[in-house]
Amino acid sequence: MADQKLRETPLLDELKKGPWPSFVNDMKKMAERKPMINDLLGQLELSYKEKKGHWKHGGLVGVMGYGGGVIGRYSDAAEQFPACAHFHTIRVNQPSGWFYTSAALRELCDIWDRHGSGMTNMHGSTGDCVFLGTTTDELEPIFAELTAKDWDLGGSGSDVRTPSCCNGMARCEYACYDTMDACYNFTMEYQDELHRPAFPYKWKFKFSGCPNDCVASIARSDMSVIGTWRDDIRIDQAAVQEYADSGMEIRSDVIRKCPTSCMSYDGKEITIDNKNCTRCMHCINVMPKALRPGLDKGATLLIGAKAPIIEGALLATVLVPFIKMDKEDDYQEFKDLIERIWDFWDDHGVNRERIGECIERVGLGNFLEAIEADPLPEHVKHPRTNPYIFYDEYFEEVDDAEAEKA
Amino acid sequence: MAEPAAPRKTDIGPPQYDQFLHPVIKKNYGKWKYHEILKPGVMVHVSETGDKIYSIRVGSPRLISVDVIRMFADMADKYCDGYLRFTSRNNVEFLTDKEGNIDPLIKDIQANGFPVGGTGNSISNIIHTQGWVHCHSAATDVSGVVKATMDDLYEYFVEMKLPHKIKIAAACCLNMCGAVHCSDIAILGIHRRPPQIDDAQVSNVCEIPTTVSSCPTAAIRPTTVEGKQTVKVDGDRCMFCANCYTVCPAMPIADPLNDGISIWVGGKVSNARSEPMFTKLAVPFIPNNPPRWPEVTEAIKKIVEVYAAGAQRYERLGEWIDRIGWPQFFDLTGFEFTKYHIDDFRHAGETFHRSAQIKFK
Repeated sequence: MADQKLRETPLLDELKKGPWPSFVNDMKKMAERKPMINDLLGQLELSYKEKKGHWKHGGLVGVMGYGGGVIGRYSDAAEQFPACAHFHTIRVNQPSGWFYTSAALRELCDIWDRHGSGMTNMHGSTGDCVFLGTTTDELEPIFAELTAKDWDLGGSGSDVRTPSCCNGMARCEYACYDTMDACYNFTMEYQDELHRPAFPYKWKFKFSGCPNDCVASIARSDMSVIGTWRDDIRIDQAAVQEYADSGMEIRSDVIRKCPTSCMSYDGKEITIDNKNCTRCMHCINVMPKALRPGLDKGATLLIGAKAPIIEGALLATVLVPFIKMDKEDDYQEFKDLIERIWDFWDDHGVNRERIGECIERVGLGNFLEAIEADPLPEHVKHPRTNPYIFYDEYFEEVDDAEAEKA
Repeated sequence: MAEPAAPRKTDIGPPQYDQFLHPVIKKNYGKWKYHEILKPGVMVHVSETGDKIYSIRVGSPRLISVDVIRMFADMADKYCDGYLRFTSRNNVEFLTDKEGNIDPLIKDIQANGFPVGGTGNSISNIIHTQGWVHCHSAATDVSGVVKATMDDLYEYFVEMKLPHKIKIAAACCLNMCGAVHCSDIAILGIHRRPPQIDDAQVSNVCEIPTTVSSCPTAAIRPTTVEGKQTVKVDGDRCMFCANCYTVCPAMPIADPLNDGISIWVGGKVSNARSEPMFTKLAVPFIPNNPPRWPEVTEAIKKIVEVYAAGAQRYERLGEWIDRIGWPQFFDLTGFEFTKYHIDDFRHAGETFHRSAQIKFK
């Protein structure tokens, strides 16, 4: 590529400065051997000058038999920057917990170096390993090489999006269920739904091992799975003493920060009124050596989180306060619930409406009834305050009431 | 399109994760007892078996080339038997059971220009979206804003000197591909001008009923211009969400004069102490000022500094503001409070102050 002149980018060059690693330095190096990145830099410089993006709206491209996993992207300034006229994205389904070996990463890099721009996102917001920038004729060869090495594409559009999870039991003592197994299991179970969009809109599964929620499932997933426990926090009083001896201010940093005031400390030992504990994780986060989640572990399922588009942002709502995440049973209870929810969504969802919005529209009570779940006080912050109640039925005759009694 | 290679494999899913786990991790899977942060960016996890695994956390711009990934792979080979992972905030974590490898790895990775940190009471890596680099609906270029912001906040990544952690996220439009709506500090690209309608194109590339129904405020109506079916937008009802543009490419909304950045504060996803919270508006609009967006980075630094000075230990930004109150937050930061800070969309009333409990200056 010695014959292509490197683009001049005086504005972008300002971003080479400073201590944080610079994507501009990295892209400039790639531009020396990738005309596509050289022109991408040229186009980005133009955007910095004009304060405006230069990508056209979408474009349908993909690999045979899949409806998702590739996002078409075309430049609206192709005459000036022909090498990045086509600049499609490929989402590669990441391994659970984003664990890799150097050999696996090199495998992905080599495929991408052969067939694309060489630029990536490690990782995209949904969790995928994202390959940024290639042309339509490279899609099938890339797909063939990926699958030959046992990699597959992730989701895009109105399908199951690539599920993601925290590192769970692999490297975290807080994990209340095996997030990496669950994430892998659900990804494999729903391969068809992941690769062939057939829903009203996207569906995201995110698996967090504890209420710290390191994959932001409660903010970002239609089905949020957050590990929790039902029995007592385990206390190692000797370790409590060690923390105290090392200068930790247990009263101010732990006891007084407990949101339910269910803890006390007499200078020697911590006691916890576990009935009033909400499993918020604060005390455990501060003293992980001394306090641990209980042993009766499982997860809370929450439904319907999303960003603002269309009706406003939603946090997920409690659906099942506690479920055993049973590997041996292949998570069957959970999967049965998913089937009932998707049946309901198929019948009642409208185009580009996330499940959270759908539930708000039809009413949480009606939704629960439709998926055969009992209404519980855990489903609400508090019971309704307004008396405009949509009673399902009423008696028309005294006789009806009498018959009901009998 | 090229012929597919035969035999064609499909629906195989990602590789099973077991093969990527360090032997010590595999052996102690589900047996971890506790962890400690040894210094910024370095954690040790200790198992019930007594085994230990060390994690060295390294910041990355997320937008990285295969050459950078290969450099990470080389580092992993040299110091970690080839094992590494990425975090949900786009950091890289090198995993080793050899304590003696920690400092040489840190030295080597720093020499390659990558910082070690992001653990405990620090500002971790910024989660962000594509921006002008790769997205058609971007109102700003988040890669540039994030780079400039992290340059400014570098000391808070490599040290752990804050009252508690700060999570920052950036999104280039209201689609928010990232947890911007629940971050301690959020940088959000916004449009401010109703879409420009290409009347000649609408009926060719858009489905008109879908376009009309895409509008959450019912601002879009079907109409006819010069004999062609198209749509019109009631500008007074438009709040610039760009949902119509997503379904109808003939309604571009990007506008160099009016696109820019808003700054939001006080969100969290963790359940620790308080329940998860949405971010709230701090600064409604800052015009795009590439390449380094100085007004944006200055505002963010201000927020970090007043929080660092005023918050109690283990108090997240949103919890601190809840305690001191929003009037004091605006006082301390010097940000102007405007009518734009007052919600007027669905459920706006839930955000009004409905008590006589007021702190006077």
